[in-house]
Amino acid sequence: MIAIIPFGLIVGITAAKVGFGPVLGIGASAIVFAGASQLAAMALYADQAAIIVAVATALVINARFVMYSAALRTHLQHAPAPARIALSYLMTDQAFALSIVDFPPQPPDEVRPNRHWFYVGVAFPLFVDWMITTAIGYAAGAAVPDSWGLEFAVVLVFLALIFPAVTDRPSVVAALAAGVTAVAASSLPYRLGLPVAAVVGIAAGVIAERRLA
Amino acid sequence: MTGWVIILATGLGTLLLRSSFTVFVGDRKMPDTLTRALRFVPAAVMTALVTPAVFLVDGGLDLTFDNLRWPAALVAAIVAWKTTNIAYTIAVGMVTLWLAQAFL
Repeated sequence: MIAIIPFGLIVGITAAKVGFGPVLGIGASAIVFAGASQLAAMALYADQAAIIVAVATALVINARFVMYSAALRTHLQHAPAPARIALSYLMTDQAFALSIVDFPPQPPDEVRPNRHWFYVGVAFPLFVDWMITTAIGYAAGAAVPDSWGLEFAVVLVFLALIFPAVTDRPSVVAALAAGVTAVAASSLPYRLGLPVAAVVGIAAGVIAERRLA
Repeated sequence: MTGWVIILATGLGTLLLRSSFTVFVGDRKMPDTLTRALRFVPAAVMTALVTPAVFLVDGGLDLTFDNLRWPAALVAAIVAWKTTNIAYTIAVGMVTLWLAQAFL
């Protein structure tokens, strides 16, 4: 809860800085509800990247949700289908991390039918927190002088997100390969360097894992 | 207008990613290759977002002290590594950048 406050503020401030109106700037947090992808999409929008590159980059960032979706499936299966869409919408890194700890691995038939309420209890407050902090950030955004260089704060958010993701040697290889490629490929047209670097990094990680195994 | 298209398409795509197994795929298991690849997405993507913003100035590599972003990012990276806390990382990174700009 506390950890996402600066994140939400930066997203709101960035929305104001790139010139999003209040409805889009704050609404984006409800429409997308995934901060890192929102920051990347807004940065690419500000850079006048091709729409397809902005969307593709944001979706590559959010591809991790497929992993969470697979892991949470058995725990949410007792909810009716429309509710499962709503529950999936609320999926975040934090909600996944907090609820998977409480959901020990067990055969699906032993999963208690009301377990998804625990997930809601974790996920929904994060959504409320996210909307409030984005709105505050957006309102404050106009008052933040450009001389503060706050676009660097966006980079620092991404930087902080690297370390929890780098847990073993193959993931270090993935990060380094992606980081070097992103610099080397930065002059590609339409800001394609980013998605290209992501793919190179992921492939390097997969190969490293095979070699080191 | 462009902003709306980007946000709406990202929102719809993200909902589909989130619902992939909980709503659509159901009981089928995820292909092994996909599981292996997805594991590296956060590490690869986050680093790819950081390095150009830190090391490039006007499209060229700048590792001198004319570019104060890389030393500020280096200090922030140590904080991020030790604490994994976004607020501390932002605070230390921004203050380091401002101090470096003021004194160097």
